[in-house]
Amino acid sequence: MIGVVSYLVFFLTLAAILAIAVLGLNLHWGNTGLFNGGIAAFFGMGAYATILLGGTPQAGQFGGFDLFYPVALAGGIVASGLLAWIVGVATLKLRHDYLAIATFGVAVAFESFVRNSEWLTGGAKGLRGFERPLEAAIGDPFLFNLCFFAFVLAVLTAVYYGLGRLIRSPYGRLLRAIREDEHAAQSLGKNPARIRLASFITGSMIIGTSGALYATFYAFVSPDDVLPILTFQIWAMLIVGGAGNNRGALLGAFVIWAAWTSSGWVLARLAPVELQLYTGTIQYILIGLVIVGMLLARPQGLLPEKLVISQSGGETPRRPVQST
Amino acid sequence: MIQALLDGILVGSVVSLGAIGLTMVMHLLRFANFSHAELLTIGAYVALVFDRLFESIVPATKAAVGPLSLTFALFLAILVSMVLTGLSAVVIDRLVFKRIRETAGPLSMVFASFGVALIVRSVISLIFGLKPRLYSDDIVMAVTISTDPHLLVKPDQVFVFGAAVLIMLVLHLVLSRTTFGYALRAVAENPTLAQVAGVRLSTVIAVTWIVGGALAGAAGVFHALDNQVSPVIGQNFVLAVFAATIAGGIGSVYGAVIGGFLVGIAFGLALVILPPGYSPAMPFLIILAVLFIRPQGIFGELR
Repeated sequence: MIGVVSYLVFFLTLAAILAIAVLGLNLHWGNTGLFNGGIAAFFGMGAYATILLGGTPQAGQFGGFDLFYPVALAGGIVASGLLAWIVGVATLKLRHDYLAIATFGVAVAFESFVRNSEWLTGGAKGLRGFERPLEAAIGDPFLFNLCFFAFVLAVLTAVYYGLGRLIRSPYGRLLRAIREDEHAAQSLGKNPARIRLASFITGSMIIGTSGALYATFYAFVSPDDVLPILTFQIWAMLIVGGAGNNRGALLGAFVIWAAWTSSGWVLARLAPVELQLYTGTIQYILIGLVIVGMLLARPQGLLPEKLVISQSGGETPRRPVQST
Repeated sequence: MIQALLDGILVGSVVSLGAIGLTMVMHLLRFANFSHAELLTIGAYVALVFDRLFESIVPATKAAVGPLSLTFALFLAILVSMVLTGLSAVVIDRLVFKRIRETAGPLSMVFASFGVALIVRSVISLIFGLKPRLYSDDIVMAVTISTDPHLLVKPDQVFVFGAAVLIMLVLHLVLSRTTFGYALRAVAENPTLAQVAGVRLSTVIAVTWIVGGALAGAAGVFHALDNQVSPVIGQNFVLAVFAATIAGGIGSVYGAVIGGFLVGIAFGLALVILPPGYSPAMPFLIILAVLFIRPQGIFGELR
């Protein structure tokens, strides 16, 4: 029984961590219409920077500054923001596909960088030597996992409500205005490039938070945590849940993470031996089918974006009067 | 150094062929197609299948052409592969992109193209296995063409370069001298006006996919001829063809050719300076540099 409960806590913790990243992506894609093809890079930046700043010193390894955990966490988040700033400044004034290509590129570059820069990132063997905050004080591993789950939930809730407020605020309206018609927003004296950059950096920092928590949870990070499939998983979560709807984003995160882990479990148990090597490949096909299938069959997702009518002065606008 | 330059030019001819199709599709349909590079993988595997098929039907085709490792069977298989890869590009368009084009915006197309790329790559690895293969097990030694500086070139590489240039020349003639070439440019400039002038949009789109697919298919075989046939060819090239497209200017076929060679040479020179592990990051640095210095690319217009 305790085994089932502790697995459930483990599963929910990971799902909640990924849900934070989905919320960040929803600010990009759902609310501002930005295409982020390099979630793995921003996630990884948060993860690596947190471990580097908060880890204990290791022989022959840069980093291990052993900083107070909240400082390390903040450092990871800021590092993701900086990465987003570099990519954003270069691309956000241009056509939307440039951002898609550049963010995809930054993920590829990031992975090859962490895989090869052994002095900084530990190379393929990854970074160890991180002591999880309060783990020694709490003692019991199960209790620690429960506490950590509560912490992740608190962060998720804060991000969820924070974004909810942001989206309902005039600023959120501005984001959607830019998504729908950039020129119209510009004609009202708004600067779309700057607002897009702000939204891109904020969303990337939220994704970085998710990466930082992920690394904290495992007390370890390696290049295998920043593979492109992570980007696809987060996307699938958002598109299944419903882009533009934060409740949908949460739902999608838990549904897809449950589908991913259970499909891996089923394939590992039931697939014939010669196919065992290809369970990952089969899961990739499934994720690809989910993305393409949703776009074809139900592009609005399970929980579609709600129509927000900002003008509440009197009647809802009707059809324009016909000019004769 | 000059050896690196030479190798870079050979890589460049493959990147150029891939980038031409991509830039045409991006210009015509206005979306960044992340599944374009998977057409290289499709091309390489179709050629592998038909190469084996021709060899088993007519054993005489097993003979190598001149000093190359390329056999007559593989030569025929390249032609078949170009046709079939072109057709598969049309099939993918009909199955996925056309439907999304009709209902949703360009961002959904980009999104879908990632999904398509993932599916194509994974299905190919499932069918043919993750292990790389070779067209021919015969080892053809590189020929020393100069001793000072020491330069080595494989006969296959010369063939690849020559064939790539020939294909680009043919395309240039088609685009600049035929009615289809005019129709294509007209549609890219102004689809509505082109339709008024009697150009069938759906035909032009289909032919663009076929041409782009055929070129990508050839690029895939050419790359695999010098290296290996593996399911990750597309994954390895996707960023390079984008870098070539952006450097040349989106929509410019000639820009894509030059951009392709630029990226190839940059790859070659980077291997001299940096450890090989970093080379996947090269195209990203090129993209970033182009976007900061000249975002519209060499021949492009800012949109």
